[in-house]
Amino acid sequence: MSRQAVGAPLSRVDGRLKVTGRAMYAADHPTDGVVHAAVVGSTVARGRITGIDARAALALSGVLKVISHRNAPRLAYRPNPSSNNPEGGERLHVFQDDKVLFHGQPVAVVVATTPEAAQHGASLVEVRYDAEKPSTDLTGTPAHAPVTYARGDADQAMRSAAVRLEMTYRTTRNHHNALEPHATIARWDGDRLTVWDKTQWVVGTQKELAAVFGIEPDAVRVISPCVGGAFGSGLRAWPHVTIAALAARELARPVKLVLTRKQLYSGTGYRPAYEYHLRLGSDRRGRLIAMVHDIKAETSSYEDFEEGVLAAGQMLYSMPHVRQAYRTVPLDVNTPLYMRGPGHATAAFAIESALDELAHELDIDPIELRRRNEPSEDESDGTPFSTRRLRECYTLGAREFGWDRRAPEPRSTRDGDWLIGMGMAAGVHTTRRNPAQARVLLDARGSALVEAATSDMGPGTCTAMTQVAADALGLTVRAVDFRLGDSTMPPTPAHGGSQTMASVGSAVQDGCDQLRRQAIELAVADERSPLHGADAGDVAVTDGRLHVKDDPARGETYQQLLARNNRTRLETLGSFTPEEPRFSMYAYGATFAEVAVDHRLGLVRVRRMLGVYDVGRIISPKLADSQALGGMVGGIGTALLEHTVTDHRDGRIVNANLADYLVPVNADVPDLRAIYLDGEDREASPIGVKGLGEVVHIGVAPAIANAVFHATGRRIRRLPITAEALL
Amino acid sequence: MHPFSYVKVSDIAGALAAGRRGGRYIAGGTMLVDLMRETVERPSTLVDISALPLRDVTVTARGGLRIGALVRMAEAAAHPKVRATYPVISQALELGASPQLRNMATIGGNIMQRTRCAYFRDVTAACNKRDPGSGCAALGGFNRTHAILGASDQCVATHPSDVAVAFAALEAIVRLVGPDGRRGVAFADFLLPPGSTPEREQAVRPGELITAVEIPALPRPLRSGYLKVSDRRSYEFALTSAAVALHVRGGVIREAKVAAGGVGTVPWKLPAVERRLIGERPSEALWAEAARLAAEGARPLAHNKFKIELLKRAVERQLRIVGGTA
Repeated sequence: MSRQAVGAPLSRVDGRLKVTGRAMYAADHPTDGVVHAAVVGSTVARGRITGIDARAALALSGVLKVISHRNAPRLAYRPNPSSNNPEGGERLHVFQDDKVLFHGQPVAVVVATTPEAAQHGASLVEVRYDAEKPSTDLTGTPAHAPVTYARGDADQAMRSAAVRLEMTYRTTRNHHNALEPHATIARWDGDRLTVWDKTQWVVGTQKELAAVFGIEPDAVRVISPCVGGAFGSGLRAWPHVTIAALAARELARPVKLVLTRKQLYSGTGYRPAYEYHLRLGSDRRGRLIAMVHDIKAETSSYEDFEEGVLAAGQMLYSMPHVRQAYRTVPLDVNTPLYMRGPGHATAAFAIESALDELAHELDIDPIELRRRNEPSEDESDGTPFSTRRLRECYTLGAREFGWDRRAPEPRSTRDGDWLIGMGMAAGVHTTRRNPAQARVLLDARGSALVEAATSDMGPGTCTAMTQVAADALGLTVRAVDFRLGDSTMPPTPAHGGSQTMASVGSAVQDGCDQLRRQAIELAVADERSPLHGADAGDVAVTDGRLHVKDDPARGETYQQLLARNNRTRLETLGSFTPEEPRFSMYAYGATFAEVAVDHRLGLVRVRRMLGVYDVGRIISPKLADSQALGGMVGGIGTALLEHTVTDHRDGRIVNANLADYLVPVNADVPDLRAIYLDGEDREASPIGVKGLGEVVHIGVAPAIANAVFHATGRRIRRLPITAEALL
Repeated sequence: MHPFSYVKVSDIAGALAAGRRGGRYIAGGTMLVDLMRETVERPSTLVDISALPLRDVTVTARGGLRIGALVRMAEAAAHPKVRATYPVISQALELGASPQLRNMATIGGNIMQRTRCAYFRDVTAACNKRDPGSGCAALGGFNRTHAILGASDQCVATHPSDVAVAFAALEAIVRLVGPDGRRGVAFADFLLPPGSTPEREQAVRPGELITAVEIPALPRPLRSGYLKVSDRRSYEFALTSAAVALHVRGGVIREAKVAAGGVGTVPWKLPAVERRLIGERPSEALWAEAARLAAEGARPLAHNKFKIELLKRAVERQLRIVGGTA
């Protein structure tokens, strides 16, 4: 018997390819006759373009063309609600008019025979503007009408609550800052467009390009076999994708466009800055009575971007009264987009900090306080939980982290110049599922090819899907080849929101189950098969060999079966269509952090962290760990380092590079550990998973902030927590 | 990047000849290439001096240390002589940049570093250092990391180097060779405060080449060390740093060399702190009293007021780390 692939700590199936530099990312694809594009970004944040002088650029050797709104063709820009374009507002129409909506907006593109000539040319294009004073500050700018939620009468309940707290939490804009820059190669063959792109959703990019150019989706093929990190930035087709395709059509040659690091800060989205005003009321024993959430977040002037910031406030804790108002504030900035743990991570910083404040106020252990407010059903709509095991996360986490060694009094533990503190926070993320398909082919050699148009931005999709397929087909992992990242493959939802394993994984499982059954049916009906006449339900497949479960000697291989039947292959199309949910489905986690704070110099150093997760079944434990540790590292960044700085005088991003926008380096990353509650959630998905990639990030920042409070007695309600707040 | 020509020279005469024709010297290239990509620097000719024989660390006749201009940061930091005599230099080097950069960047290039001011590095922003007369966007902009000491109304940018702070503390001498021969410049005179000419950053004459940085002999035993305070634990420029060297004999501080980084437009020597220390016996109280003098004359901007307190505390901390509390 071979071991199960699912649950085994496999290394990445594409690991060797990646570490030896042979993996092909978007910009790596060799394309005959390709020319190179460089974007010219606006240097004002609001106004109109009054002139473009491209003469110096055009005079350069190698420069072929400069395209701007002055000479670009009109594009269709058909409505497209299906590619993560926000519901409200209208996307940027690139090179279609003279309007400038944000600093760094593409206003021209230089196409040249070499990247060097294109970049040099771009630096020589002179653009004149009629500039207006931009509005880029979340504070003090009028907001859109709110999205609201209410149950009970929170304002009334607040007035009568024995304990009342009122706080404002502030988070800054964070950028995804994946290692691989966004890049696109576009090639037209007549009216057909092929695009190699960095994207988390080839199907989304395909539909968006079709809508922008007014052609049928079938005429667009998007290919994206490898993604060098994305964290959400690849969930939309940004303007540069259109620019590459537009330039390729204008020049009648393939065009490659790679955004510079600086351009990524204005050319793609970001986690919006928030002001989160929270009032909470409880009784003296810490039972929550009411919460009032007044939330403001930045969006662009032209699109209304909203994300899931409200869910946690409605269902994480039990309380009769909740009121929420979520307002987006239109600013002269580009549009935000989902970034790891979108909405939930921000809500967790506010709510989980507030719970810690309440625990301190009432002198109750923070874990005990959370236990006292654990709901028995989803109080937002009264549905039962599919699975909710936060209590177990707390118990296991407290034990493994040594929570009992935590002296309750803040500022009570010292190590030389360092004050030591422990903090914890809960995390919750919606379990998302969407329809997905996967094609499964078994060839005459007994090897399987499984394909789906999903993506692998780093979680290890290829590896985990291979594991699912291997078990379902009764093959070894080596006999399975999983491929993704091509819009001609069976469609899948966006590779984001922690839905890939649940959705695509279930489709892969379905396709492979079908194929295994098809082979078994073929065998038991085949008079020449040793399995002839056996009950199909009694036949299993192990290491590519079909056999009777109770009589393993009776059987034959896939190869023998196919060869004898003159079949070159078996093929199925697996699918997953989520049912209307009858349950409240979320992934949960509890994050524990220990920090050391140099109280004289204001330095915070995370010493160790532990995450305990209730995420259903773990398909690929080694890659789950990579996800969890990465989520924690990202949380350290959000808590202590990451901050996109905008100069409100002119809307420019001041620190648009990786030297000035700080992400954690190895020295900032301490001893991290992840534990997953054993179990599965078959309501969430047929393969029992709830989704992991987001929840591991959610709760990290508040756990650190709570640990900083415990270390120092200083409550910091603004991220990132830097020296000036602690001096 | 703008087009440029490139020439590699094999001796100092060849370098000076190329320099005389307006060539820009390049060694490790870790800063210049970066700034060329941003079109902040637009040299027409690069003169690669990496093959010149300036890679030795030697003890001078008077017992000081001479570090060749082309000694890599990593080599200088690891050199037994440097480590044994001036730990402050090794520590400052190793707390700077990343291992990859330290393997490329040279000592001469390090002290020629240009500021990390974001507006200097963004050619679409006003910057008197990059484009004299255009204004200073940092004065009214985001200036958390900028200088509280030595600034002018023309420029508030800090000097980014760590090892330059150690050199300033130790009163190093920069050895140069140029069309008019060889000379030495005291470190205090080498890096220039912005004043009304922020575009002039070093006292280097046209075509001149740094050959070495020389650390004068100091009385032994000398205890020294470097403290760096930064948001990120490594690979990050200092919010504040302190270089301290103390010579204590008979329980009394006989010699004190102290400078701070991350707070000044140039590495900031702290003579008032040094004077307060000399002749005194080490104690917690002395460190605190001396450190109180560290921020004399500081003028904060909108976002860096915290640096005044941070500077004093960093100096105090480093005095204690180096001087102990015997």
